[in-house]
Amino acid sequence: MNIIFLMISVSIIIAIVFFILFIKSVRSGQYDDLHTPAVRMLFDDEFITKESQKTPKSKSIKPIQNK
Amino acid sequence: MLKNSCYHCGNDCDSNPIYKEDKPFCCNGCKTVYEILHENDLACYYDFEQSPGKIPEEIKGKYNYLNDVKIVEKLYDFVDNEISVITFYIPHIHCSSCIWVLENLDRLNKSIISSQVNFPKKEVRITFNNSKVNLKQVVELLSSIGYEPFISLDDTVNKGKVDRSLIYKVGVAGFAFGNIMLLSFPEYFQSNEFWLERYKPLFRVIIFIMSLPVVFYAATDYFVSAYKGLKHKILNIDVPIVLGIIVLFLRSTYEIAFDVGQGYFDSLSGFVFFLLLGKLFQEQTYSFLSFERDYKSYFPIAVTKIIENTSEKSISVYDIEKGDRLLIRNNELIPVDGILITGFGQIDYSFVTGESMPVSKESGDKLFAGGKQLSGAIEMEVLQTVSQSYLTQLWSNDIFKKESSYGIKNLTDSISKRFTIIVLLIAFISGIYWYFIDVGMVANVVTAVLIIACPCALALSAPFALGNMLRILGKQKLYLKNTGVIEDLSKIDQVIFDKTGTITTNKTKITFKGSALTKLDNTLIKSVLRASNHPLSRMLYEHLVEDPILKVTNFKEELGKGIEGDIEGNYIKLGSSDYVGGIEKNTLQTVIFVSINHDIKGKFVFDNTYREGVTSLFSDLQKSFELSILTGDNEGEKKYLESHLPKGTHFIFNQKPEDKLNYIKQLQRAGKKVLMIGDGLNDAGALAQSDVGIALSENINVFSPASDGIIDARQFTLIPRFIKLSQQTMKVIKISFVLSFLYNFIGMLFAVTGNLSPIVAAILMPLSSISIVIFVTIMTNILANKK
Repeated sequence: MNIIFLMISVSIIIAIVFFILFIKSVRSGQYDDLHTPAVRMLFDDEFITKESQKTPKSKSIKPIQNK
Repeated sequence: MLKNSCYHCGNDCDSNPIYKEDKPFCCNGCKTVYEILHENDLACYYDFEQSPGKIPEEIKGKYNYLNDVKIVEKLYDFVDNEISVITFYIPHIHCSSCIWVLENLDRLNKSIISSQVNFPKKEVRITFNNSKVNLKQVVELLSSIGYEPFISLDDTVNKGKVDRSLIYKVGVAGFAFGNIMLLSFPEYFQSNEFWLERYKPLFRVIIFIMSLPVVFYAATDYFVSAYKGLKHKILNIDVPIVLGIIVLFLRSTYEIAFDVGQGYFDSLSGFVFFLLLGKLFQEQTYSFLSFERDYKSYFPIAVTKIIENTSEKSISVYDIEKGDRLLIRNNELIPVDGILITGFGQIDYSFVTGESMPVSKESGDKLFAGGKQLSGAIEMEVLQTVSQSYLTQLWSNDIFKKESSYGIKNLTDSISKRFTIIVLLIAFISGIYWYFIDVGMVANVVTAVLIIACPCALALSAPFALGNMLRILGKQKLYLKNTGVIEDLSKIDQVIFDKTGTITTNKTKITFKGSALTKLDNTLIKSVLRASNHPLSRMLYEHLVEDPILKVTNFKEELGKGIEGDIEGNYIKLGSSDYVGGIEKNTLQTVIFVSINHDIKGKFVFDNTYREGVTSLFSDLQKSFELSILTGDNEGEKKYLESHLPKGTHFIFNQKPEDKLNYIKQLQRAGKKVLMIGDGLNDAGALAQSDVGIALSENINVFSPASDGIIDARQFTLIPRFIKLSQQTMKVIKISFVLSFLYNFIGMLFAVTGNLSPIVAAILMPLSSISIVIFVTIMTNILANKK
């Protein structure tokens, strides 16, 4: 059962690593605004441009259906 | 008649919508924004929400001051040779379409590198290439799509860094709590296993080490607060908390050092964790509002100074000197006291003095800071600098500097005093008792009493009840500054209202008194009105329904008196009683007399419209509170008010801002608790002096004076209900105090009889905390939903 020493130490180290990551991520300010990222996530990246609407052969942007 | 609503902003298009690609628009402004977005492939703007736009405003020349580097350098977040980063507050941000279009600004102007929206704060942070586009162009671009930023003097003040220490502390306490609980589990079960005994010391050491940051970092706020309280000879709630923490820590350290037991570290860290959670929950802030606004957020940063009679230059408001000549454009604010030199002054002082109608000023008249110029541009000469002007002097009143006195401010603190004393008494008595029975047990029992008496549940009742109620009120559009306001609100017995803008809306009602006017008469009147820029003329113009198609000749406007003109042989005169040739002397109401062909037909009377529900609101409130109306306006409305509002309401007119403040001071000296509801700068002193000051606002994104709370004008009639809710919340808190005393009592039974063990403490403490929190949250939600 001496393995307990190893297990406890490893689990504590992992816990501390997560704790440090927690501190770092709060410090970076990404949690200051909780509302906007949720909305931003739902936007489409591609646009329906005028070229892509008129000429389907255009290689600029793939038309992505909005809605 | 088809009711068309504008595709862009949703307003009614009235009788003549403008069409483009089969979509109706209410005006050219909206149509232009649509075109801009469409040209740049941003038409998806309209896909997220219905009519998300706003009519863009006229901004010609308004942002010239942004070209001056010195004026704007304080606005930037970051500047170097290529990139500038600036954060704007844009009040119109209200939906996902706004976020979408503002984050795609780079499609409208390639020199904008990126932009990010912070929706709760209604801010957008724009990074742009400053060698290709300048700040003024960025602002003009934003305005052209209807997202004009609100830039005021307040933006030049450095705001300071974000404080996240509470989150860190909760993180530390939570981390420690979870791990310590886990590591404590083996010892709860007291089995005499060999391996358990071998590793017990290791576990205990680890637990001890993990509890150190909890006591010395996470709990520091409580130590500081308890120390401050004791210094002022007050036993606030933090004193028993700190007592509990210290005893817990010392006893547990002793126990593991001398191998007496496993200690109470799990209860300690859990205790600190729950308390900090309560604090976090209580700290709800509305980041898009500010309760601290003073004149600086109302004033512009810069004004236009006229040099040598011809050239104009933008200067910062702080650089204005006596004797300077300033150009104030339409809808701009007068920043300093001065004299009008040229132009027609029509100044709206409603925000500053509470006068409901604009004041006309002629060349040579004195102008006071804070008014908004309504009809065209004027030139003025400066008499006082910004800090010396009448308006800013208002803020040097002592009431704004007063730091809140230190004392028992809330219910929890007042209970804690008795609580601490009783606990200490019990500890003392049981110590004496056990001294005679079994001396060895004394330390055990005394410390056990102090541990179990830890006011966890007591300290959590108020934060969770008030925090939840704060959120509930916020959902119902009453935004309070902090939880303490709810308690203050529950104690009031006097309610004072401002008149202009608070119980009246800024829409004016026009009624005609006299011999009935024919359609032709109205057409004649409206045609003459068309040529005048006077705000009253414009209001009357909108009010009359007929089309102003007739041509006017010999149009004349005499400032302060009236207008006249000839139409097809008819001679029309509109204006004051004297001007029109009448004899009526009424100085209190705002009227326009009408005479056609030297025959006085009657007068148009301009009345404030009172908000819907004022009468029922007042009769509701009258049942439990004393009411008063304090206003800066004259007595013209006295009869109307007396007839519509319940008897016993006090009316006091012609109040200057200091008068309002003093009236409230008087009431407070008589022991009354005052709630003041106002809307403008002229109420700022009164709002600060009263026990609770609430600012009423038609559009909460726009300036409101410093207050304890902001209420949306549409929820005006719910004020009695809000007061009742706060009273009921306090009752819920009192009930939960009783419940937490019950837990303490049970715990005491264990402690006094010497039966307190770590497992009992570890069960009792979280159980009491969680059950109190659930109880309080459910009760406040029930109260809020009850109709």
